[in-house]
Amino acid sequence: MQFWHLNIFAINILQPILDSNGFQLVIHNMGNFLHGTLLTLEITALSVLFGMFLGLLAALLKMSRYKVLSIPGILYIDFFRGTPLFVQILLFYFGILPLVFDATSFEAAVIVCSLNSGAYIAEIVRAGIQAVDKGQMEAARSLGMNNFQAMWHVILPQAYKIVIPPMVNEFIAMLKDTSLVAVIGAEELTHSGRILVSVTYEAAWIWGTVALIYLLLTRALSMLGDYLERRLATE
Amino acid sequence: MITIKNLYKSFGKLQVLKGINCHISPQEVVCIIGPSGSGKSTLLRCVNQLEKPDSGTVNIDGIELTSPNTDINKVRQQVGMVFQHFNLFPHRTTLENITMAPVVIKKTNKAGAQQIARELLRKVGLSDKDDVYPAQLSGGQKQRVAIARALAMQPKVMLFDEPTSALDPEMVGEVLEVMKDLAKEGMTMMVVTHEMGFAREVGQRVLFMDEGLIVEENTPQQIFENPTNPRTQTFLSKVL
Ligand SMILES: Nc1ncnc2c1ncn2[C@@H]1O[C@H](COP(=O)(O)OP(=O)(O)O)[C@@H](O)[C@H]1O
Ligand SMILES: [Mg+2]
Repeated sequence: MQFWHLNIFAINILQPILDSNGFQLVIHNMGNFLHGTLLTLEITALSVLFGMFLGLLAALLKMSRYKVLSIPGILYIDFFRGTPLFVQILLFYFGILPLVFDATSFEAAVIVCSLNSGAYIAEIVRAGIQAVDKGQMEAARSLGMNNFQAMWHVILPQAYKIVIPPMVNEFIAMLKDTSLVAVIGAEELTHSGRILVSVTYEAAWIWGTVALIYLLLTRALSMLGDYLERRLATE
Repeated sequence: MITIKNLYKSFGKLQVLKGINCHISPQEVVCIIGPSGSGKSTLLRCVNQLEKPDSGTVNIDGIELTSPNTDINKVRQQVGMVFQHFNLFPHRTTLENITMAPVVIKKTNKAGAQQIARELLRKVGLSDKDDVYPAQLSGGQKQRVAIARALAMQPKVMLFDEPTSALDPEMVGEVLEVMKDLAKEGMTMMVVTHEMGFAREVGQRVLFMDEGLIVEENTPQQIFENPTNPRTQTFLSKVL
């Protein structure tokens, strides 16, 4: 009985799909999708990695008592959080980077995404630092540590637990947002999709596959995030 | 050792210290008593500049803390502080809590710092607790570790801000014992406390603070038996 149903399903629904032109195209071009996926992951990973350094620095700048430090931190964070990433990509690729060096679209993508990610991570780090009990900073300073030593040895090691879940969310957001760099021709998943659609005209199949790959990646990341969160909770 | 002159401090519109003057000699143990909100913690925190006074001076061992040329981190190394809520570093073991400052600040080598830390843990009666995290300690044990942590920097002065106020009554004694030992060894101490028994027994001088001023100061015996200021009398009649 059940097998019979399965048979009907296979013959009437699955088989036509497998035989369809679109599906064949997707299979045939799997290499292109994988190539795009790898580059998407690469841009995302590099951007979040650089973003962590930028974000930590920007958070510390913004929290500084000295205006010469805090104002640049605030301006940087506000600019990259307050303007669309799409515009940032255009501005840097066509406007600013050419004045500095001859950046490839991949380099430009990583630079802009890092700067953007850094601004969001800065706010995550700042919230994490501020969630650490004030008495911790006072205890460290009362022992004679300077602000940096207290941050590095006392505050940040406690802030990181608070910071990890929103960092995973930032990673997921960045993974999706890197699709925007397709506009400057940086090779990544969305760019692969655009090229494939332009030669095959199978928009539904190609974009459907692209969406599915993004979905799989973001699901995997959020599962990783849940796992980390659970491990930190039990520690 | 410590000379405080004309110290004023406000938080916004609230004036908390209204001209504090006092002098503490080397090896002296001075207890500060007074009602809640009178500015005792703020005074103590001005002594190691956790709070920046609005005006007035604090001089420790000849160094003017309020002068802009003073390296406050250097001075704080000489001034240990013990907080009401311990403020141990929860991500480090007790031994690491004690070794951290010497290793990070003085660049003491790790083995040397550990040896000193074990010595201090023995002194506060916690030799067997070197490898546990603060969360696994009782309040009294935490405070004793906090004292050891401050002592690891070999300070010349120790400030205590209600070190036993957050403790269950049965743990107060063990912390006061450690402080008594410290006083006997000749440590210069400023102790904000509600433990009148301790003030009487260990304090060489008692300052009574009210509304941002030192209203009366005298030997414990005089303060507790013949308080002259009516506000001191009222306060003591409530707490004794
Ligand atoms: N950081 C602060 N900001 C604003 N008000 C404060 C701050 N610290 C203390 N105060 C206020 O100053 C007054 C004196 O506080 P404190 O020195 O802690 O008194 P005590 O230790 O004698 O109880 C209180 O009214 C308190 O609310
Ligand atoms: Mg207080």
